Amino acid sequence: MTSVTDHFAPPRLSLRLFAVWRRNFLVWCKLALPSIVGNLADPVIYMLGLGYGLGMLVPEVEGVSYIAFLAGGTLAYSTMNAATFEALYSGFSRMHTQKTWEAIMNAPVSLDDIVAAELLWAASKACLAGVAILAVIAAFGFAASPLALAVIPVIFLTGLCFAALGLIMTALAPSYDFFMYYFTLVITPMTLLSGVFFPQGQLPDAVRAVAQWLPLSHAVALVRPLLLGQMPGQIGLHLAVLAGITVAAFWLALGLTRRRLLK
Amino acid sequence: MSPLEISGLVKRFGEGAEAREVVRGLDLSLAPGECFALLGPNGAGKTTTLRCALGLTAATAGSIRLCGLPVPERARDARARVGVVPQLDSLDPDFTCAENLLVFAGYFGLPERDVRPRIPELLAFAGLEGKENARIQSLSGGMKRRLTLARALVNRPELLILDEPTTGLDPQARHLIWERLRRLTAEGTTILLTTHFMDEAERLANRLAIMDAGRILAQGSPREVIAAHIEPQVVEIFGEWQGEGAAAWAAAHAHALCQRCEVSGETAFCYTTDAAPLLAHLAHQPGLRSLHRPANLEDVFLKLTGRDLRD
Repeated sequence: MTSVTDHFAPPRLSLRLFAVWRRNFLVWCKLALPSIVGNLADPVIYMLGLGYGLGMLVPEVEGVSYIAFLAGGTLAYSTMNAATFEALYSGFSRMHTQKTWEAIMNAPVSLDDIVAAELLWAASKACLAGVAILAVIAAFGFAASPLALAVIPVIFLTGLCFAALGLIMTALAPSYDFFMYYFTLVITPMTLLSGVFFPQGQLPDAVRAVAQWLPLSHAVALVRPLLLGQMPGQIGLHLAVLAGITVAAFWLALGLTRRRLLK
Repeated sequence: MSPLEISGLVKRFGEGAEAREVVRGLDLSLAPGECFALLGPNGAGKTTTLRCALGLTAATAGSIRLCGLPVPERARDARARVGVVPQLDSLDPDFTCAENLLVFAGYFGLPERDVRPRIPELLAFAGLEGKENARIQSLSGGMKRRLTLARALVNRPELLILDEPTTGLDPQARHLIWERLRRLTAEGTTILLTTHFMDEAERLANRLAIMDAGRILAQGSPREVIAAHIEPQVVEIFGEWQGEGAAAWAAAHAHALCQRCEVSGETAFCYTTDAAPLLAHLAHQPGLRSLHRPANLEDVFLKLTGRDLRD
């Protein structure tokens, strides 16, 4: 007899999950160029437009030019967006519309493997997008220090965190329209409150107290100093929050997905 | 060893007052190398039974052994030796035909160098010679189903499970699938298929089971099932009788002229061991038309599961 506790049992994974990851990677390879351009163009245009445009009005933020300040925020939030889109829209296509997961489950691969593969894949794709943005940022001279390379594992972790959160939505979604709630009620406010476009110090105290616990705040707190060639403060705390949310959200997403598909 | 052994399978969805029992104590044992058909109307519990057998959903009660392994405990290992053709197409639209087979083989841990040389043979089996690089969107419904069949064979399965393999296909495509399934059984693959096409079951299956409302109602070879459950001859009667329809005729005369009569709409189905007296009587009823034929599986199916629509 299946009960709620069975659905939320710990994941049982096998190495077959890499075959599922590879499937998604092979599809991406076919569409890599438009995919990268899609992930790159929007954030870069915003960064350059706001950075140079608003930058004329705002000479310096936290001791650096506005565009140098914005670079770190842009990298963090575009990683979040890439991971979220992949886990939501592409994940939902594979789970629901194309029945890809159903086909895979007829092979010796478990649903746990599939959801874990989706998590890793969405983070990988977000990381690929992030590296492309990092390259543009470096080309404009806003990532001069070798410390900037340390953002790559950070954006991978950021990708994992938002992929896991996104998979919760995918597990609950009746249709694609449902994702609009998540974007307008969660992702967009988080982007504005996490210090992407302006320092969190500008927020009212009560809002800031909440905002600093948002996962994107922790990603920004790590990525921005690294791009500026500084060691971030409280590295352990930020990494732990991102990792903790990843684990908790993945566990919840997996439980909800099992409840949805293994009935 | 039986490729699939199910005993006392119960599957309940929901709990308390909302609970629905979809499978209610089902026993099934496949013999190696046979083709077994599970027949039933929509909602009979066929697909749920298959999902339980594959370990894709937990049984409420009962025991299942797939390829000799207990399910769900070792379902993953068992599935490595089984091929599945699901009811709905689930081919990867982003890949070509060959890539679909290669990627799917990856889920079984089969290395590409072993699978690639077999692709022409697999595609030829599915009647898709030379379609290695064809995109899925360019395939017809029948071609997609055949590619799904080829995909289910990448791991050389001992047991092939097909859930309504020919639903929605044209006669040409159905005949090709049937011919390939016969070839597979001739080569020793055990086949379990669900269908609601009686002719499909009658043509392909060594044995079949008719199920409805989660239970098996009849089981055996197609001939055995027909012989055990229904009179051998059928006369279908329709048309006009004394200003009314065949139903009025049936109410007046059927009981005297055949063992059993079912009226569905404006047609009376008369079941009998000897149709001669009935046909002689009908010769004097000019308004009535009739069709005399041997009883078939569909008659048994309708007798056991009723004529009501299932939606």
